[in-house]
Amino acid sequence: MIKFLLKGLLRDKSRSRLPIIVVSIGVMLTVLLHAYITGFMGDTIELNARFTNGHLKVMTRAYAENMNQVPNDLALLDVDELITELNKEYPDIKWTPRIQFGGLVDAPDENGETKAQGPAMGLGIDFQSGRSGEAERLNIQKALVRGNLIQHPGEALLSEIFSEKLGVTPGDEVTLIGSTMNGSMTMYNFKIAGTVTFGAEALDRGAIIVDLEDARNALDMQNAAGELIGFLPEGLYDDEEAVQIAKTFNEKYKNDNDEYAPVMRSLSQQGSMGQYVALTKGWTTYISAIFIIAMALVLWNAGLLGGLRRYGEFGVRLAMGEEKGHVYRTLIFESVFIGIAGTVVGTIFGLFFAWLIQTYGIDISGMVKGGALMMPSTIRARITPVDYYVGLIPGLISTVLGTMLAGIGIYKRKTAQLFKELEA
Amino acid sequence: MENTSIIKIEHLTKSFPMGKSKFTALKGINLTFGEGEFAGLVGPSGSGKTTLLNIVGSLDVPSSGEAKVLGESIGSLTAKGAARLRKEKLGFIFQSYNLLAVHNVFENVEFPLLLLKYTAAERKKMVMEALDWVGLTDKVKSKPPQLSGGECQRVAIARAMVKKPSIVLADEPTANLDAANSHNILQTMVKLNEELKTTFLFATHDEKVINYLRRKIFLKDGNVDQDEISTN
Ligand SMILES: Nc1ncnc2c1ncn2[C@@H]1O[C@H](COP(=O)(O)OP(=O)(O)OP(=O)(O)O)[C@@H](O)[C@H]1O
Ligand SMILES: [Mg+2]
Repeated sequence: MIKFLLKGLLRDKSRSRLPIIVVSIGVMLTVLLHAYITGFMGDTIELNARFTNGHLKVMTRAYAENMNQVPNDLALLDVDELITELNKEYPDIKWTPRIQFGGLVDAPDENGETKAQGPAMGLGIDFQSGRSGEAERLNIQKALVRGNLIQHPGEALLSEIFSEKLGVTPGDEVTLIGSTMNGSMTMYNFKIAGTVTFGAEALDRGAIIVDLEDARNALDMQNAAGELIGFLPEGLYDDEEAVQIAKTFNEKYKNDNDEYAPVMRSLSQQGSMGQYVALTKGWTTYISAIFIIAMALVLWNAGLLGGLRRYGEFGVRLAMGEEKGHVYRTLIFESVFIGIAGTVVGTIFGLFFAWLIQTYGIDISGMVKGGALMMPSTIRARITPVDYYVGLIPGLISTVLGTMLAGIGIYKRKTAQLFKELEA
Repeated sequence: MENTSIIKIEHLTKSFPMGKSKFTALKGINLTFGEGEFAGLVGPSGSGKTTLLNIVGSLDVPSSGEAKVLGESIGSLTAKGAARLRKEKLGFIFQSYNLLAVHNVFENVEFPLLLLKYTAAERKKMVMEALDWVGLTDKVKSKPPQLSGGECQRVAIARAMVKKPSIVLADEPTANLDAANSHNILQTMVKLNEELKTTFLFATHDEKVINYLRRKIFLKDGNVDQDEISTN
């Protein structure tokens, strides 16, 4: 019987072709979207992790309270000791101090008068110790547009757009005007080593990147840092793991009432990143659900049309003594077969297109201007093992569901009526 | 040989709802058929031939009265019971052949045996035997679209006969055939009727068919008008 059904299915192109095409397209889109969104969301998370949030971040409780104002007056002290402790406790995680700061960057003319000025987002990064891995993490070499990386104390990198706005070029001097940890005003001169473009709008607007020690000198923050950021060993953010680590760390300081006691936050526990991480977890379900519904509707209709065409066949089979329930079950069997075939074809195509997007990327820089999150300006799909089977759920459920719905019509019809239609 | 009654119809009526009122297609039929008959329901269009044939074939149920087929009361059969009766004891031949277009001759004839769960070897033997009856052993692999109308109807006869049913019901089997093919398939059916003792019940208004019938039941407006048994 199964052989009989499969022969019918394979030979009757109109019975198999349209459903397989529909399922293939739906599955292909599901796989493609899955890889695409995994890539996009993953890249967005990693981008934010690398530039601002880390996978984990240690701050003082007071700093954490007002994190978005980067309140360096509430920064961590005795940072070296804290890092030693963290390295001992979590040897696999890479810890590095950073100072984020705000300020004005002033570009003087030949006479020392202000030529141009602009608000800057400052980043003090450990370039000099040689083991922080920060240069690679921020991919500075690749981001470099003009000039060189920071090689000497007192050098800074400006974002390319910012440098154009200020009308400065590598080799020029600029002055950072800001406030020290103690709240007094500070002016600190930097020589521009080079300009950078990261491809992240929020950063490219007005960033000044300096060595950590220079930031400390400028802001009076000896052995202090606004934050210590940590990166998980696998290089990709794992929310469960990060949350767990933060929990155990904070447990130790539970009984410490000092508002300057350190506190650890996972990336998902920092501002709007939490919602974003939650979204990355839920969307596979949403997408699958949407495709299941859409495809099931199409296949329901296709099934109805196919069913109409096959009334003759059903009538004969009933006349020969096949039970209605059995006819119905054979239809479901056929749909499972079609679902699997469509899933295989769709998955192959989906993976192929995902691979293209993974390899070549799609430039979306025009679409990500503004916004609170840092978004990558090129979307790259990321093929994960899930992509090999994610299409099976919509592929199978939609065909079976569509067939069940279409089949009810046939099932409800009176045998005599079906038989009558044979004569038409 | 026609003494055991295998179909017994008593006071049978069948009406169909027609808007608010109803239309009565069969108005109290009494008929009995014995084993091995070669009989036909004859009458003008709309006289109720197909309606009666469908009830005997357990594809429809009486509105009142009784139709007993091989001891089973059609009106009180469950859907499963009716399916089993058709599967095991009844064969159908249709005006428009109704072969499965994507399956070849062998597979079409084999289908009823799949439902009856015969083994592959048994099926092969029975199908080839049935195709031999209708003279189509050389077309085993052909698909219906490649066959002539007469060949199609012979495949349909083989399909109806392959399980050696007790009764074959044939509704206008020659309506789509020319004279030569009509005679050919009628002779085949007469031969099978004689060799296998299968009861044949036709519904027809085709003179060619009527000439082959040994019993002619004339229906008119849902009533039996005449019941003629020829002696030849
Ligand atoms: N499902 C139905 N609903 C309503 N009326 C029906 C139905 N089936 C049959 N009839 C009516 O019952 C009457 C008998 O129909 P039937 O099909 O038995 O005629 P017939 O003798 O087979 O005619 P023909 O030679 O044209 O095939 C017709 O008037 C037909 O319109
Ligand atoms: Mg009729």
